[in-house]
Amino acid sequence: MALSREVVRHIAVLARLDLDEQEEAAITDQLDHILQYFEKLAALDTENVTPTAHVVEMTEAFREDVVLNPAAPEELRSNAPARDGDFFKVPKIIE
Amino acid sequence: MDLTTLTIDEAAALLARRQISSIELTSAVMDRIRSSEAWVHSFITVTEEVALERARAADERRARGEAGVLLGIPVGIKDVILTKGIRTTAGSKILGQFIAPYNATVTERLLQAGAVCVGKTNCDEFAMGSSTENSGFMITRNPWDLERVPGGSSGGSASAVAARQCLGTLGTDTGGSIRQPAACCGVVGIKPTYGRVSRYGVVAYASSLDQVGPMANNVAGCAHLLAAIAGHDPRDSTSVNRCVPDYAAQLDAGIKGLRVGIPREYFVEGMQPEVEKAVRAAVSTLEKLGAQVSEVSLPHTDYAVPTYYVIATAEASSNLARYDGIKYGLRQDAESLLTMYQRTRATGFGSEVKRRIMLGTYVLSAGYYDAYYLKAQKVRTLIRRDFADVFATQDVIVTPTAPTTAFRIGEKTSDPLQMYLSDIFTISINLAGLPGISLPCGFDAQGLPIGLQIVGRPFEEETVLRAAYAYEQATEWHERRVSGF
Repeated sequence: MALSREVVRHIAVLARLDLDEQEEAAITDQLDHILQYFEKLAALDTENVTPTAHVVEMTEAFREDVVLNPAAPEELRSNAPARDGDFFKVPKIIE
Repeated sequence: MDLTTLTIDEAAALLARRQISSIELTSAVMDRIRSSEAWVHSFITVTEEVALERARAADERRARGEAGVLLGIPVGIKDVILTKGIRTTAGSKILGQFIAPYNATVTERLLQAGAVCVGKTNCDEFAMGSSTENSGFMITRNPWDLERVPGGSSGGSASAVAARQCLGTLGTDTGGSIRQPAACCGVVGIKPTYGRVSRYGVVAYASSLDQVGPMANNVAGCAHLLAAIAGHDPRDSTSVNRCVPDYAAQLDAGIKGLRVGIPREYFVEGMQPEVEKAVRAAVSTLEKLGAQVSEVSLPHTDYAVPTYYVIATAEASSNLARYDGIKYGLRQDAESLLTMYQRTRATGFGSEVKRRIMLGTYVLSAGYYDAYYLKAQKVRTLIRRDFADVFATQDVIVTPTAPTTAFRIGEKTSDPLQMYLSDIFTISINLAGLPGISLPCGFDAQGLPIGLQIVGRPFEEETVLRAAYAYEQATEWHERRVSGF
């Protein structure tokens, strides 16, 4: 089933991407083509196969929740496009 | 003597004997960068002042009695790897003039070893691509033929080594992005086992696949760089706590009795005949050196490319959600937060990145998750099993690195799927998390390098390096250098 422009528009909203008319048309075609290629996977029987989320066998990746080597906050804020002292400025969220 | 033609070992020996200084070596490299960049464009940022400072510091450390093979050696670092105080772009406009607030662990380790960073190398945007044509900044050209691509996504890292602009580089590899450019540019590049090298401070593309790895003019150079960067890092919860062998120590142990598997699925129609010929000749050489060669099968090879592009794009769609114009980088002002996100990302991301984010978002979305993402994760298990089955009777697997030599700039940009298919021989190795190296095994009639890939069991980089070294030393490909500029 071919990919519709509506679905693409919906995905673009989820992905927080503003696509113009041309891009939307091009991406719809390209994604449709690629998704058809992905259909290949459906041919495989994976009924009793466990999915791989992570290739390395490991379970304990936790440590104690204590602060170690805190980075200087100034360094972390220094790349902000819009800031007000210690704060990042954003467009109004709550009306 | 042209210091830029030295290998890491040769330079280290001259430095150790005080016959040259790091300042001299680094200055020679800087001159070379100046005279060759107009042709190749390997670097997004060249860090001349910092490099000369670090070279001076390395010479001082040596005067105080320090030693170490990387002390004072000029290297380049792929621009997806954070370097404190230095602009880091990930090959993307969306990061604007971002200055890294901290070093990646791999950067930290190279600095501790005394290596001298000469600049940040060009790459496909967010490491997404196989030609470096997706860079938001410029096209890097293959030093062997300037009308051709250097491969990708670590194209700048490969071209910098091939063009003698530094003695080694770091790249990253998610679907082949170290090995394939190494093959295109006639250099050596190794992707370690997943979890061998820390990803802390490395701009994430696909977190279950990404690995940092070295590139150099020869196998020994890669071994030295790998030894410096490998090892557990508590700041990367996916890094594995396992000791790091001295990778350069047993390189020359030979390969008598080494069981080498050649997978029949890796010799496909549509492959360049010269590539097949060169790889089969390389396999004969391995046999002459004492290896036991057998044909093996990796039955799910044909499913690797779609599996990868489902998983990698899904993970990328999540990883790239952070580029929102708030904490760093580009920002397109707008009335609402949502519009600001949408416009910032539309302006800042290139078309390949947008395509992959869209794909990834789609395969993770409600109604499609099971059919695509979950399915791909299951196929990933089947692919891993294929390798485990082969490694029950073989020690290494040998294949071509890529189906063709370097293609022309612009040749594959009109059909994304065509570009994806050039990863066919490298991609399964990332899905299975295995170590893999690419090294030169010949040149085609156009004079373009051909790459040989050697893959090993998890954490058996030593075996992979040993096999590569044995082949390298029995041939002369590594002695051929680029000329013409």
